[in-house]
Amino acid sequence: MKDIRKFGVLFGVFLGAYFLPWDNPRLSGSIMEGFRLLQWYAVHHTLACVVPAMFIAGAISTFLSQGSVMRYLGPQSKRMTAYAVASVAGVILAVCSCSVLPMFAGIYRMGAGLGPASAFLYSGPAINVLAVFLSARVLGADLGIARAVGAIAFAFLIGLLMHLLFRRAESKRNKVLMQMPAPEPARRPLWKTGLYFVCMILLLVFSDWYNTNDVTLTMNDGAAVEANVRYARNDSLDVQYYDAAGRLGAEVTRLDRADVRGITPKPGFVMTVHGIKWYLAGAMGLAVLAMLWRWFSRDEIRQWLHATWDFGLMIIPLLFGGVFVTGVIGGLIPEKYVAGLVGGNSIGSNFVASFVGMIWYFATLTEIPIVEMLTRLGMGRGPALSLLLAGPALSLPSILVVYKIVGLRKTLAFCGLTVAMSTLVGFLFGSFFG
Amino acid sequence: MRKLQVLGTGCPKCAKLAANAESAAKALGIEYELVKVTDINEIMTFGVMMTPALAIDGEVKAVGKVPDAETIKGMLA
Repeated sequence: MKDIRKFGVLFGVFLGAYFLPWDNPRLSGSIMEGFRLLQWYAVHHTLACVVPAMFIAGAISTFLSQGSVMRYLGPQSKRMTAYAVASVAGVILAVCSCSVLPMFAGIYRMGAGLGPASAFLYSGPAINVLAVFLSARVLGADLGIARAVGAIAFAFLIGLLMHLLFRRAESKRNKVLMQMPAPEPARRPLWKTGLYFVCMILLLVFSDWYNTNDVTLTMNDGAAVEANVRYARNDSLDVQYYDAAGRLGAEVTRLDRADVRGITPKPGFVMTVHGIKWYLAGAMGLAVLAMLWRWFSRDEIRQWLHATWDFGLMIIPLLFGGVFVTGVIGGLIPEKYVAGLVGGNSIGSNFVASFVGMIWYFATLTEIPIVEMLTRLGMGRGPALSLLLAGPALSLPSILVVYKIVGLRKTLAFCGLTVAMSTLVGFLFGSFFG
Repeated sequence: MRKLQVLGTGCPKCAKLAANAESAAKALGIEYELVKVTDINEIMTFGVMMTPALAIDGEVKAVGKVPDAETIKGMLA
């Protein structure tokens, strides 16, 4: 079996090398686009976002007791507590999507039941540190925050609805005892661990501080226009203009840098903080170092770095590979198809985005470059959020596993609710912030 | 004959745990059988919800983490 697979890969490469029209400008251009996107990520998002987030993910898995959270999802836990904890548990539990499904199965079979399990499955993959910060940084703070808040709020709702729909169906629960990781003795008071995490998260908040990208452009003919810069290259800018009423136009215009004389950011609180963000982030970094020196043992620090390295090995090749492939594919897809399917903010666009997101498998975090590419090709903000919500929660492979765990009717209900809720949230977001 | 079961759906951590368990058993020079349990319903029958997990002779010894070979040696002793 394995040899057949290897042969398939070799044969595929051979076919590609033999038949692909490499001289076709569309194809070569799209491959260049892949490298350009990769560079954009390397320059703008790696050092300030991906790398610190890896360290935080490593710290979460090393210093926070995951078992203590799972205890709130046990069979005897209070209903409301279980729903609330399940909706936010993804923050500290799941960085790798492959660990989400066993926990879903565990909560359903041995723990608090179908409702909390569904809530966990919906929000878990969307609210880990990396996903939240990378979304906010790449797609804009509004989408990043909407993704986290939407995932948590609607996880709660989906959980409750699942419980109500199936409250009479007797689930065949396992009679086995939940096996918990042995509780580890606290190595320092909680406030010290808490402060350490707060400082690390603030470091990330500041280093990723939102650039509004609202600017006043002074053109060569002296005209000044207000615009939002969507994508800046060395020789060109993609901008959206503000109209006289201060509303952002939907159309993205590509400007030649040579035609623009000056770019001045519009002042405001957000931009003031943006101006000094490196000092703030640096201060947080020093605070973290000081705490490590005073409060943590050498052994703990070694474990932490080890966990960070493991995450890096697991996630970075996937992420950057995904970015490159996304760039290439983005160069190949004609814009009008994307805009036609998921442009604007109609219920239809949001539904298509949710549905595709539910079926499609996104490797860890690659949903973010993909959504970014799609918005550049004309996807609306609402559908972008729909895709971000439904995308990581489910995929065809994970639907099959869920089906094995809970059976056909519950799987269909969960998929239906996921698509419906994601469509609704995307539509609301698009109507208010689009 | 000891029975080592690595529970997990096939993520990199599970592979690492399997490797650690194998090297621990080899270092002790015991006869062993290493089984990877990847079916999620079967994992549930162990009561494990945080993967990877290690069971020795049917008894769950580690949950949700990857103990190193030294620690596993201690569990086998």
